Amino acid sequence: MGSPHPDGGSTLLVPETARPEVPGPTRRPTRAKERLADRLFRRLTAGSAAFILVILVAIAMFLLDRALPAIYQDSTSFFTTRTWLPDGTPPVFGIAALTYGTLVTSVLAVLMAVPVAVGVALSVTSYVPRRAAQVVGYLVDLLAAIPSVVYGLWGLIFLVPAIGPLSKWLADYFGWIPIFTSQGIFGKSIFTASVVLAIMILPIIAAISREVFTQAPQSQKEAAYALGATKWEMIRTAVLPYARSGLISATVLGFGRAMGETIAVALVLSANYEINIHVLAPGGNTIAANIANTYGDAGKVGQGALIASGLVLFVITLIVNFGARAIVARNKDFRVSAA
Amino acid sequence: MAKRIDVKDLNVYYGQFRAVEGVTMSIEARSVTAFIGPSGCGKSTFLRTLNRMHEVLPGTRVEGEVNLDGLDLYGKDVDPVAVRRTVGMVFQRPNPFPTMSVFDNVAAGLRLNGVKNKAELSESVERSLVGANLWNEVKDRLQKPGASLSGGQQQRLCIARAIAVRPQVLLMDEPCSALDPISTLAIEDLIHDLKNDYTIVIVTHNMQQAARVSERTAFFNIAGTGSPGRLIEMDSTATMFSSPSQQATEDYISGRFG
Repeated sequence: MGSPHPDGGSTLLVPETARPEVPGPTRRPTRAKERLADRLFRRLTAGSAAFILVILVAIAMFLLDRALPAIYQDSTSFFTTRTWLPDGTPPVFGIAALTYGTLVTSVLAVLMAVPVAVGVALSVTSYVPRRAAQVVGYLVDLLAAIPSVVYGLWGLIFLVPAIGPLSKWLADYFGWIPIFTSQGIFGKSIFTASVVLAIMILPIIAAISREVFTQAPQSQKEAAYALGATKWEMIRTAVLPYARSGLISATVLGFGRAMGETIAVALVLSANYEINIHVLAPGGNTIAANIANTYGDAGKVGQGALIASGLVLFVITLIVNFGARAIVARNKDFRVSAA
Repeated sequence: MAKRIDVKDLNVYYGQFRAVEGVTMSIEARSVTAFIGPSGCGKSTFLRTLNRMHEVLPGTRVEGEVNLDGLDLYGKDVDPVAVRRTVGMVFQRPNPFPTMSVFDNVAAGLRLNGVKNKAELSESVERSLVGANLWNEVKDRLQKPGASLSGGQQQRLCIARAIAVRPQVLLMDEPCSALDPISTLAIEDLIHDLKNDYTIVIVTHNMQQAARVSERTAFFNIAGTGSPGRLIEMDSTATMFSSPSQQATEDYISGRFG
């Protein structure tokens, strides 16, 4: 950059032996001059990349700074205790029940949302005529545009009373599976929260799936057809393997959103701090919902405790993301390149 | 196992656009037939109607008859999936399934046909790879990804995949256009061997290739952009390249256009 050499880069064109001996620093091999636009663009992109790191570190520092003092005040084990009384004397709190509720609602939500989302994406990319597919696509995107508080209110006012028959059906016919065992029918359950979460994460999973399905190369699809594949066999042979890593990313993104979702869960659940494997039973809580519900009334230790729980959520999300990356990176040899 | 093809008055459409018009021709069993002609003349499009591959693109349709040993492939009760199991295809660019190993690529069609028996699969995979002149090169790396082979090997892998399901007819859409001369030679040798068992139809831009590999040659042409492609003439390859009956054929073959 800004080479002091009088005739710029042109010396490079002269053969080494024919080049006149020039004294001093100008003898250094000159670097090709970077154009102003390239330089600006490089700095802009590098700056953006660095900015992300700064933000990430800043958030982590903030969380640690507030969380650690509160955890020192805790009179029991932070990780295994269920109770949440951080402003009591002595403070008693732990994230066991909250983490459990967060993971269970999110896992259930993903289990419900992924098949539907993948089905929607497959049908709009492979089965429905183009015009209708666009309409369905818009409608799914519209689901993503609904604010989460609206989902929460809908869940509270409509779904909590309306889910009774479904819960009863599950309890009657699948009660032999421990998680569906239930004494009576309750609307404000982990299960209801999961349904709301599933609907909320459906559009993002469907949108990404649709995107990766449309990117499956036509040449692969025709290769499958040429072997006498039916449409479904073609999808299984040429589309799904191609879309695999995209689907994993979509699932993880949905899972992350479900774990972080706050207000909708806070509205639907009647919070308690129990670990209950019966998902149709009342109660349960999640880290995010607990923060939303109790931060306003929390004292100093209480706030720190809530931030500590936020830190746990942050770490869980990170672990899930890295786990997904590891899955995607496995079988590197067979990774799909743009064929 | 090879079958002859008789095409009667075939029109091919992309939406409202008629891409190929009024093609009538006969393709002999156990022989190699080459389609030549300038880009956009509809030869590939026409080839893709012979295994009903044309219709996998939305908005396309075909009028006319394609008879495979007397059975109309476009008849009412004919399942396009069954047609494609009978009429195999090799494409312009090698397209092995990237997530599958060499073995699984060749076995893909067999598995679609419900073959599960391991011994039977191994036997068929070996036979097909031998048939595609690839066995000696890949027998020690059957579990490596199909996409790790060279371009020419990938194309032979695709041929092995196509012949593994024992089709009656093998369609090849410019199978060497993405390959170097040595790989091209390997494929041409292979075509020579395959014609003992299969009816082969090959589209090519390379007239020397058509002259080298085929017994009969069909020349397609278009009157201009936007007008449909037509079959200009079809004859034995020797006749086509020495004394074609149409001026357009002679002009094209002698390099005066296209």
